[in-house]
Amino acid sequence: MRDRILDVSNLRVAFRSRGGEVTALRDVSFTLERGRTLALVGESGSGKSVTSLALMGLLPPNGRVSAGRLRYRGRDGREMDLSALDAAGYRKIRGAEISMIFQEPMSSLNPLFTVGDQVGEMLWLHQDLDEKARRKRVVEMLDLVEIPAAASRADAYPHELSGGMRQRVMIAMAMICNPALLIADEPTTALDVTIQAQILDLMRRLQNELGMSILFITHDMGVVAEMADEVAVMYAGAVVEQATARDLFADTRHPYTEGLLRSIPQPGRSKSNRLVPIPGTVPPLHALPQGCAFAPRCPYAEARCEDPVVLTEKASEHWSACILDRPVPA
Amino acid sequence: MTEPLIKIQNLSKRFDTPSGPVFALDDVSFDIPRGSITGLVGESGSGKTTLGRTLLRLVQPTAGQTIFNGQDLNSLDARAMRLMRRRMQIIFQDPVASLNPRLRVEAVISEGLAAHGIGSRSERRDRVASLLEEVGLQPDHMRRFPHEFSGGQRQRIGIARALALEPEFIVADESVSALDVSVQAQVLNLLLDLRERRNLTMLFIAHDLSVVEYLCDQIAVMYLGRIMEVGPTEAVSSSPRHPYTRALNSAIPLPQPGATGKRELLQGDIPSPLDPPSGCVFRTRCPMARDLCATTPPPPEVVGNDHISYCKRIEALDERQPLREQSRGAPSGARDPFAEERARADRSVP
Ligand SMILES: Nc1ncnc2c1ncn2[C@@H]1O[C@H](COP(=O)(O)OP(=O)(O)OP(=O)(O)O)[C@@H](O)[C@H]1O
Ligand SMILES: Nc1ncnc2c1ncn2[C@@H]1O[C@H](COP(=O)(O)OP(=O)(O)OP(=O)(O)O)[C@@H](O)[C@H]1O
Ligand SMILES: [Mg+2]
Ligand SMILES: [Mg+2]
Repeated sequence: MRDRILDVSNLRVAFRSRGGEVTALRDVSFTLERGRTLALVGESGSGKSVTSLALMGLLPPNGRVSAGRLRYRGRDGREMDLSALDAAGYRKIRGAEISMIFQEPMSSLNPLFTVGDQVGEMLWLHQDLDEKARRKRVVEMLDLVEIPAAASRADAYPHELSGGMRQRVMIAMAMICNPALLIADEPTTALDVTIQAQILDLMRRLQNELGMSILFITHDMGVVAEMADEVAVMYAGAVVEQATARDLFADTRHPYTEGLLRSIPQPGRSKSNRLVPIPGTVPPLHALPQGCAFAPRCPYAEARCEDPVVLTEKASEHWSACILDRPVPA
Repeated sequence: MTEPLIKIQNLSKRFDTPSGPVFALDDVSFDIPRGSITGLVGESGSGKTTLGRTLLRLVQPTAGQTIFNGQDLNSLDARAMRLMRRRMQIIFQDPVASLNPRLRVEAVISEGLAAHGIGSRSERRDRVASLLEEVGLQPDHMRRFPHEFSGGQRQRIGIARALALEPEFIVADESVSALDVSVQAQVLNLLLDLRERRNLTMLFIAHDLSVVEYLCDQIAVMYLGRIMEVGPTEAVSSSPRHPYTRALNSAIPLPQPGATGKRELLQGDIPSPLDPPSGCVFRTRCPMARDLCATTPPPPEVVGNDHISYCKRIEALDERQPLREQSRGAPSGARDPFAEERARADRSVP
């Protein structure tokens, strides 16, 4: 039986700017099953971070959800539409039900407070514990994310820690109230690969032990393959394909996804086997073409691509927003 | 093998900082064969940029030599070095961001030509037009400003600028790291084409080992200012002969579900460059470290054709099973293949 923790449908987000309104998210739809990991993948500017901010109710003042539904089903089975929550409603949920790891760890830790205080603040907001119990929980949590000498590191300031340690602190902060859903926005992009491997390993272990669902944002197809049960691929403010990780790689349905996969250097492939880049660049939001936004770069495009195209189920649990059932083999 | 274009010999660079000396390069030696692309990889702070800049004498080395085409760059006076500069160029990560935003693309690309007094104005303009075509842009782009271009296009402008003086050698420092994969692939293929067309020699600095494997003929792996391993791409990527290279290799997430093998997870972080470990700088994170690793830096060991590793424990490494042959197990924290060895090493290393 399916138990959807998150069901996002036709989400639109618009920003007011000098030149008028720009639509950053045109049509974002995806679903996440409880206890699973969904990777949201796409190139720079495709709208991954905006999607996560919309979910968390943290859009900047010039941005708003202009259409769509963000259905969330909490632990108690109650379903709600996140986009209908007011500020007070969101405060109850953030940290306790849904929490987030932001793209820039340095800018989301306060340099003036110890990491212990910052991890503890989440507890103070959501749980009624005395100072001593709170401190104990914080040290346990720092220990759980494998920070060596957690009791003394709790008194360290962010700048005294390495990038990898800071990311562990961010994870501790996000996890201390045992949220049901963790949104992680590029949690390892700024880290060296050996440290990334440690952090990915840690996140998988925490998920096994604590059973949370993860929305994992990344632009790295390697990280997707390693972490995700399901994948949603974004292009220019819309989800263009969603499938299980296995199907997305082995039975690719959208030409953009195919293009992405052919652009990635894979270890062990032969030298004579050149990468096949996607021609051109992502169009700016204010100048998106009619119909399918990918069509101008798509090798399979035809006249019909100027008509609107929506996500449709091409195979069981496999959606693609393309007139083709699958890219025709070249 | 033909005489290498560049021989790097015992190059060292010390920066004196308020907190103490940083040995950004420590006794680095390897050759860069003519017409080849050498990839330089290593984690943040390992000294890659410093090596690239020291090679071009944008930074003065504390010790050691660079032999370019048989000539020791240390022996050149200012005038000779200025002429030499034309033959060696560098492409920065965002090559045009640092430039005057009011310069048009034409001025950006022809700056070096003008500085060296090469050609008339109209000859330089023709040159810019053909360079733009060579890197996949259009001649009329020369009248625009760099900020009107996308990241990938700016990278192409930076490449055209570096090519203007027809250098023999180019250092590309993280030239594709900030680009999206679809555009990154365009730039990588352009570099491959240029190498073929112009027989360019290149040092390609990156932290992404899969990109380097795709592009390069030779790979040099750095850690804390030292070379760990250097050799032909094929050998270094498929049978690395240094525990650090193996760890780097196994840390890459492969873009195929289920393909990433069991990890050799490195413990901890890179030590502070202000206080590097004695002996082998990698030993504090190495699963195979022993007492002897703490005494003196490992000497170069020839482990194959043009393949050198700086490790005193190569025999022990060779006894291990190759990676990536096993399917992915449980999270490796739970079943650390080196737990026992590491515990022993921890006890023995001072
Ligand atoms: N506050 C804002 N005002 C106006 N436009 C915005 C604002 N925030 C984001 N955008 C626009 O929304 C689009 C999506 O941005 P977003 O940050 O979600 O991209 P992303 O997929 O997270 O990219 P990256 O991989 O670079 O992090 C971009 O075109 C961006 O310029
Ligand atoms: N001008 C300088 N003064 C003092 N220290 C420096 C200077 N330049 C570099 N360093 C130090 O030298 C070491 C090597 O730095 P370098 O920039 O060469 O590393 P890198 O491998 O290029 O790293 P990254 O991948 O982050 O670019 C670092 O510890 C750095 O802090
Ligand atoms: Mg983002
Ligand atoms: Mg650098």
